[in-house]
Amino acid sequence: MIIGLGHYLSVAAIVFTLGVLGIFLNRKNVIVILMSIELILLSVNINLVAFSTFLGDIVGQVYALIVLTVAAAEAAIGLAILVAYFRNRGSIAVDDINLMKG
Amino acid sequence: MYQAIVLLPLLGAVVAGVIALTGARNRFPGEDPPPPLDDHHAGTHIGADLHGAPVAASHHGSSSAAHSPEAHDEDEEHEPSAAGSLLAELVTCTFLVISCVLSWIAFFDVGFAGHDAHIPLFTFITFGDLHSEWALRIDSLTAVMLVVVTTISSLVHIYSVGYMEEDPYKPRFFAYLSFFTFAMLMLVTADNLLQLFFGWEGVGLASYLLIGFWYHKPEANAAAIKAFIVNRVGDFGFSLGIFAVFYLTGAIDFDTIFAQAPGLVGKSFHFLSWNVDALTAVCLLLFMGAMGKSAQFLLHTWLPDAMEGPTPVSALIHAATMVTAGVFMVARLSPLFALAADASAFVTFIGATTAIFAASVALVQNDIKRIIAYSTCSQLGYMFVAMGVGAYSVGMFHLFTHAFFKALLFLGSGSVILAMHHEQDIRRMGGLRHKIPFTFAVMVIGTLALTGFPLTAGFFSKDAIIEADVTAQGAAASYAFVMTTLAAALTSFYSWRLIFKTFYGEPHDRRHYEEAHESPKVMLIPLAVLAVGSIAAGWPFVQIFMGHGADVFFGTSLKLTEADTLFEEAETLPIAIKLAPTIMMLGGLLVAWQFYIRRPDIPEALARDQRPLYEFLLNKWYFDEIYDFLFVRPTLWLGRLLWKGGDGFVIDGFGPDGVSARVLDVTRNVIRLQTGYLYHYAFAMLIGVAAAITWFMFAGPHG
Repeated sequence: MIIGLGHYLSVAAIVFTLGVLGIFLNRKNVIVILMSIELILLSVNINLVAFSTFLGDIVGQVYALIVLTVAAAEAAIGLAILVAYFRNRGSIAVDDINLMKG
Repeated sequence: MYQAIVLLPLLGAVVAGVIALTGARNRFPGEDPPPPLDDHHAGTHIGADLHGAPVAASHHGSSSAAHSPEAHDEDEEHEPSAAGSLLAELVTCTFLVISCVLSWIAFFDVGFAGHDAHIPLFTFITFGDLHSEWALRIDSLTAVMLVVVTTISSLVHIYSVGYMEEDPYKPRFFAYLSFFTFAMLMLVTADNLLQLFFGWEGVGLASYLLIGFWYHKPEANAAAIKAFIVNRVGDFGFSLGIFAVFYLTGAIDFDTIFAQAPGLVGKSFHFLSWNVDALTAVCLLLFMGAMGKSAQFLLHTWLPDAMEGPTPVSALIHAATMVTAGVFMVARLSPLFALAADASAFVTFIGATTAIFAASVALVQNDIKRIIAYSTCSQLGYMFVAMGVGAYSVGMFHLFTHAFFKALLFLGSGSVILAMHHEQDIRRMGGLRHKIPFTFAVMVIGTLALTGFPLTAGFFSKDAIIEADVTAQGAAASYAFVMTTLAAALTSFYSWRLIFKTFYGEPHDRRHYEEAHESPKVMLIPLAVLAVGSIAAGWPFVQIFMGHGADVFFGTSLKLTEADTLFEEAETLPIAIKLAPTIMMLGGLLVAWQFYIRRPDIPEALARDQRPLYEFLLNKWYFDEIYDFLFVRPTLWLGRLLWKGGDGFVIDGFGPDGVSARVLDVTRNVIRLQTGYLYHYAFAMLIGVAAAITWFMFAGPHG
């Protein structure tokens, strides 16, 4: 079987879905949310690289590198916020983050 | 001159009203008013505010000097009189007396010299076909009413200076009295139906204000409302009558209507698939107004309760003037009533029924004012009987004489009430003729006139009505003859019963009896004038009200075509019929003498043995209870239904309250979206993105 574009896209879609579900179905751990965000970004990267290869355009891969950079920066900030939040609240259970409840 | 007659009372009312309002402003400068009269500290509290008003202080000083010290108070203090009372009294009384003198001049001028007048004042309404001027119409009928109204009103004003001595709200009282007089004068000088209706409503309003004068008493408030509402029922019919007249003739002024009336005979108009005879319908509707205003049989319930007002009010309004407005209206519209035989028969029937009904109820009443009130109701029935058979001038004659002796009886009873320190139950009186001889004398004169003792004023007018019944044709007239003759006997009985129980016998309330004293001169002089009137208003005026002089005197103001035949035949009646009322009167006097002087145990035994009949009469034929069941309760039920159900549930529910409740509901549900959980928000964002992408997939590329 030839691994075609569709396969790469399916993988990316599955990873994307896993990442999204990981945000909603998770009640216990904020780090899981960060990891899920990484998964989403990863799936976007897979899409970009797949299209770049199959269309022979280098722009996709360049853009994937930019996304990676952003993902890294954002993960760093996210973890920093998490640490600061944990220092204040003493818990990283998602269920406990409801101060904005209206 | 006529403008002066009509407008002077209005001026007096305005002046007194301004005095009343400024006095009220000075007493209660923006705070809550102090509690009513029977608070022991009220006198000192309010007295402190009035130090600066010299008029009030001097008046208070003079008022306390006028009464003997032990006469009235137990140990309660009276509120001092309102500031400016003296000025209010002076102004209103003076204006009224001037008006009275001018009215008597007008009476001779218009009646005997024939100088009828028509004085347009201003244009009132111009609307399509309806052109209504405000004008004063002065003819003989008006002149008679002017004399009656202003004479009685000026005497009542002067009497009230004495009667209302202790009352702290005199300016308001005199303002209302003068306003009433103005409205009544507008009524009698009206040139068109709308102006008459204005005066009609004005006297109804004044009646409400005056009955409820002592508004701290809940009974007075209730009685005032009752009077107004029952009057309203009559006014409803009256308004319909005015509309019908306009529909049929295209105008509402009397000259046009009377000119067109003969052309309406036999015409009928179409109403809800019936064909109604036009003139009968109009006259019946207009008479409904008279039934309400003059307390005739079915709309009479307000008159006895109207006795909650001060006695001068009862004398003026509910004896001499307001209740006679209905009689005057029928007389004024005599050209219409003369052409509507069925309606006139109905008028006679109602009048006769009222006469006997009211007389029967008066037999057992115990409140001195209520007896006289039912007596008024009965005598008004007599007047309508006369109007119904076509003897309009005789009815007016009875109105003229009745005003004098009924006002005399009321004011005399006011003197008795004051002497007994506001005791009104005749069972607690007795033996007063030695203590208040002048009042006794005038009350006897009034009773003689009322019962139709020969040569008093009432004799001529009452007997004339009964004779007119005999000579007139028709079933209603025969019925009326029987009823009025019977009522004459009953009238005599209850009138003498009142005199005997009040002035003869042993005093039942020793303390009040000991303290009883004659009223001040300012009250006795009007009584004397009225007593003279009760005797002198009869014989000299017979020729102009009855017989051939009536045509000359009244001219075109009353339609007297049938009355001429009545008067001629009346002179040839058998002597038995002519003497019948006098025999009835003597019979009533003898029975009353027997019952209340010789054998006082008989009435009590009779009341015990005939319990159901006694209760039936005492409770006024249970009319109040019947009306309460038929009208008051359903109306209250409907009102409550519309208020709680209609207004509260439907309108408020779908309107403001409903909208605000729905807003709260929606908000409560929307709040549930704001959980505070980030992942819920992220989920919502995802849904939104997915929806947007789907939309753009299917909507196609733009641009």
